[in-house]
Amino acid sequence: MADIPTAPPPGGPLPADTAPPMVAFEQVSKVYAATGSQAAFTALDDINYSVPRGTITGIIGRSGAGKSTLIRLVNGLEKPTGGRVLVDGTDVAAQSESALRTLRRSVGMIFQHFNLLSSRTVFDNVAMPLEIAGQSPAEIKARVAPLLDLVGLGDKAGRYPAELSGGQKQRVGIARALATSPKLLLSDEATSALDPETTLQILDLLKTINHDLGLTVLLITHEMDVIKAVTSHVAVLDQGRVAESGRTFDVFMSPQHATTRVLLSSMPGSGLPDAIQRRLKPTPAAGDNVLVRLVFFGKTANQPLTARMASTLEADVNIIAGAIDEIGGEPCGTLVVAYPADPAVMERAAQFYQQTGLRAEVLGYGA
Amino acid sequence: MAPEMLLSLLTSTLWQTVQMVVVAGVIGTAIGLPIGVFLATSGKGELFPAPLTNRIIGLIVNATRSTPFIILVVAIIPFTRLVAGTSIGTGAAIVPLTVATIPFVARLIEAAIREVDKGLIEAARAMGATPFQIVTKVLLAEARPSITMALTLTIVSLIGYSAMVGAVGGGGLGDLGIRYGYQRFMPEVMLAVVLVLIVLVQAVQSAGDALARRFDKRHRKHG
Repeated sequence: MADIPTAPPPGGPLPADTAPPMVAFEQVSKVYAATGSQAAFTALDDINYSVPRGTITGIIGRSGAGKSTLIRLVNGLEKPTGGRVLVDGTDVAAQSESALRTLRRSVGMIFQHFNLLSSRTVFDNVAMPLEIAGQSPAEIKARVAPLLDLVGLGDKAGRYPAELSGGQKQRVGIARALATSPKLLLSDEATSALDPETTLQILDLLKTINHDLGLTVLLITHEMDVIKAVTSHVAVLDQGRVAESGRTFDVFMSPQHATTRVLLSSMPGSGLPDAIQRRLKPTPAAGDNVLVRLVFFGKTANQPLTARMASTLEADVNIIAGAIDEIGGEPCGTLVVAYPADPAVMERAAQFYQQTGLRAEVLGYGA
Repeated sequence: MAPEMLLSLLTSTLWQTVQMVVVAGVIGTAIGLPIGVFLATSGKGELFPAPLTNRIIGLIVNATRSTPFIILVVAIIPFTRLVAGTSIGTGAAIVPLTVATIPFVARLIEAAIREVDKGLIEAARAMGATPFQIVTKVLLAEARPSITMALTLTIVSLIGYSAMVGAVGGGGLGDLGIRYGYQRFMPEVMLAVVLVLIVLVQAVQSAGDALARRFDKRHRKHG
């Protein structure tokens, strides 16, 4: 199989690869000590990972994989039991309590359940980090109003959280997290409590913020859709270890780890219709067709390859399923096709894939 | 009993009750509220971790609360004399009332604060808030409706307790009811006392409920 061609970098302010990372995990481990009733538990085990400056980077894993612990190490809500977490070069765990409070003002955080104060209006919720930092009412007023405009809630300043929808609450959460002009935004399952449409709106807002403010975003999620929609880089966390990491596009196009494949299989468009899946056989019988999944990306995404394919193969090519998508800002498509499992046809097909750089994967055989 | 006399007794004893309840309530809350905040925030892994002190204060609070009030009144007479200069009268009665109020308020405040969503504490920590800022801006602010209800309950309970301090000459409505209504068998006095108490408790409860509702922004309101 041909190597993955390097795709052009996605849009947005991409930093030079030489820039030091915004967040660096160095041999980080977190072990919860045994208590009377429970055995010791290793939440994170030798994590080495860097979050590139200016990116939206995602950490995905199933529940219990350690992602919540990992993100809480970044702003010191939890302390590692081994290794170091560096935020913009600063070792978080080595800071005194007061230095840590100062550091936290440069790291915003948003939460799955929003965590807004019910007793405060939208305005006062966004003002809270500024109050904590000791700013004057005039300074606070000058800062909060544009933030509410940025998240599209300029007309809701006097409302209480109970009067808002879930998406609006998360917008308040985002405005609040941005109040102290942080350089890093941590997102803890920020869209997991929202419906799909609202999720997309919130993710769009995160993209805008990343792009316009040049803010690095580190998000954790259990949803591949979220990773696909906004991140340029991803790390897959499994049982407290980084199973796989890299550019989101590369990880999606050629997942190396079983956990990644399982997470990807839950994505819409990744599977075959059940009726076809059930009839697939691992070896061909006479007169069978071969089912192949073709993946288009990079330069192959923009060429009329399917049209040329039928003539090159000198056989009927039947399209079974297909989807066009964008991952990490790069277009890609998958197409499941069937053609006769005749040795000559298959030989011509292999040559065709080689010449064009198409990625092809035999799924099975069937009538 | 002549109506004028009954009325004059009622107003003077009502005033005594109000004095006892207000003074004991204010001092008891001033001391009990910080203790309640401490109890709610000093457990292992909490804002001001001091598990041992937490345990000890918890024990003292429980001991005070499990002592029947009338026994407490008599038991702390030497302390009352030390503080009030005398052990008899309305002023003196305020001392045991206050002593009983402190642990009562402390436990109610503790419960109100423990109800506050832990996610809010985490969010405030992530903003760089100091533990003290978390107490004032998050815990007390978010628990305000529950604290209002707790203090309303405290006042209502104090009105009830104040009837018992007649035992040390504290006076008040309850004392009037016992001495005239019960011991001298004047049912009309008893009835009048009970009616005034009902109105008093009802007024306190309604005011407290209204205030708590105004503070409570946790639910969407209509109209």
